[in-house]
Amino acid sequence: MTRGMRLPEAKAHVAEKLGVSPPDLSDPVIMNEIREKLGFGRITTFEISHPTQPVAIEAKFNIEEALGVPINSVRRFATRRVRGAPQSERARPNRR
Amino acid sequence: MSSESRIPTRMGDGELVYMTRSEIRADLEAGTEAAARRAKTPPLTEDELEHLLDIYGSPARFTGVDIGAEVVLSYDGSGMKTIASRRQDLQIYEQWFGADTIELHHVDYSFKPVKAIAPFEAQEMHDVLLRTVAPVQYGAQPNLGLYSKPDGPCDNWSELLPLTLIAEARAAQEEAVPMAVKDMVYVCEAMYEAGADGVDLDTSAAAGDADFLATLLAVEEVRRRCPEMGIEVGMSGEFVLGMHGEVEYDGVRLAGLWPREQMKLAARAGATIFGPVVNVTTGKSCAWNIARACTIVKPCAAEATIPIHMNVGMGVGAVCMTKYPPVDAVSRASRACVDILKVDGL
Repeated sequence: MTRGMRLPEAKAHVAEKLGVSPPDLSDPVIMNEIREKLGFGRITTFEISHPTQPVAIEAKFNIEEALGVPINSVRRFATRRVRGAPQSERARPNRR
Repeated sequence: MSSESRIPTRMGDGELVYMTRSEIRADLEAGTEAAARRAKTPPLTEDELEHLLDIYGSPARFTGVDIGAEVVLSYDGSGMKTIASRRQDLQIYEQWFGADTIELHHVDYSFKPVKAIAPFEAQEMHDVLLRTVAPVQYGAQPNLGLYSKPDGPCDNWSELLPLTLIAEARAAQEEAVPMAVKDMVYVCEAMYEAGADGVDLDTSAAAGDADFLATLLAVEEVRRRCPEMGIEVGMSGEFVLGMHGEVEYDGVRLAGLWPREQMKLAARAGATIFGPVVNVTTGKSCAWNIARACTIVKPCAAEATIPIHMNVGMGVGAVCMTKYPPVDAVSRASRACVDILKVDGL
């Protein structure tokens, strides 16, 4: 979505990075195993819990690394984690 | 009297009606011919009409694309405090609905009112991004009409035009454009700084060609300031209304543009996803509407250099103009767009 890649090209890129075929990307059985193996985050319910595995922003770090596609929120998390982000004009509430 | 069996199908207003396969076929032919005449595009081929007949001539409650041919679903208006907070609703979209992308938005859904609360919206975006995996967009409308009186400072061109004050109406729109651009860029940049994966400039050109010009100029500036940001431009109708009539972007007159030309300008400005719209005619069947929609969008999808996410929702893309679109109509329209147009998403 940030590169403007059309779907066949985007599917081929992701499939190659994950070592699967493009149709596998929409197969929930195959992708459940891949998501577990690579730490991409999975659906959690009361019955299906995996509390020691990555979720949310943790999973996005793994996705960025595996796919070789920069993710804005991951980059900003990494920056803010270290030294905090500079406050921009837009980020300051209650401006006068 | 015909001995053909009658198949349950929908009208554009959602009414369930019973038509024979021959009647559905006739509607498909009439729909593509109407679109070809109006948009000056080639009609659908015999094979495409036969495929649409297979989809719309089935009595099944639900239909879908072939396994492996799935496309990406982007959402305008997910996460709107339907069940819980906006944040929790987006988590529900991701975890329970399996949404490919999710979209944070304010209930006003226009950039102008959002600008005043941009820091709070950006904070919500920041918090959502920490809790989700799916790409998160921020969505709002350019909505140039909000810059005219009584909502905004500019003279109201919709009041001036009936008085034949053409020059004054044009001047008012030209005055509103930079204001809208400034607000859109301000909000999009705030979302980028919060970490958003993309923005959705939705229902673009709703106020006509000057609205579309503001959208394209905003996209251009957002692309310059936020090089890694996804930018989706969703349209409001199949045809850009000439409320001004003379505004141009990059030397192209915007009034009267159809989806192929709209897409080309959106891509040139820096958009990464384009969402064409074809409005529904409520008095015609969904079969007639899908043939019309596919005919109008086919040249756009064929020549696209960026992903095409066809708008398939209430009142657009051959989905009934009703608050609760029936799944039979939604799934048929979705499958038809993927099979015929080879769109990248919906």
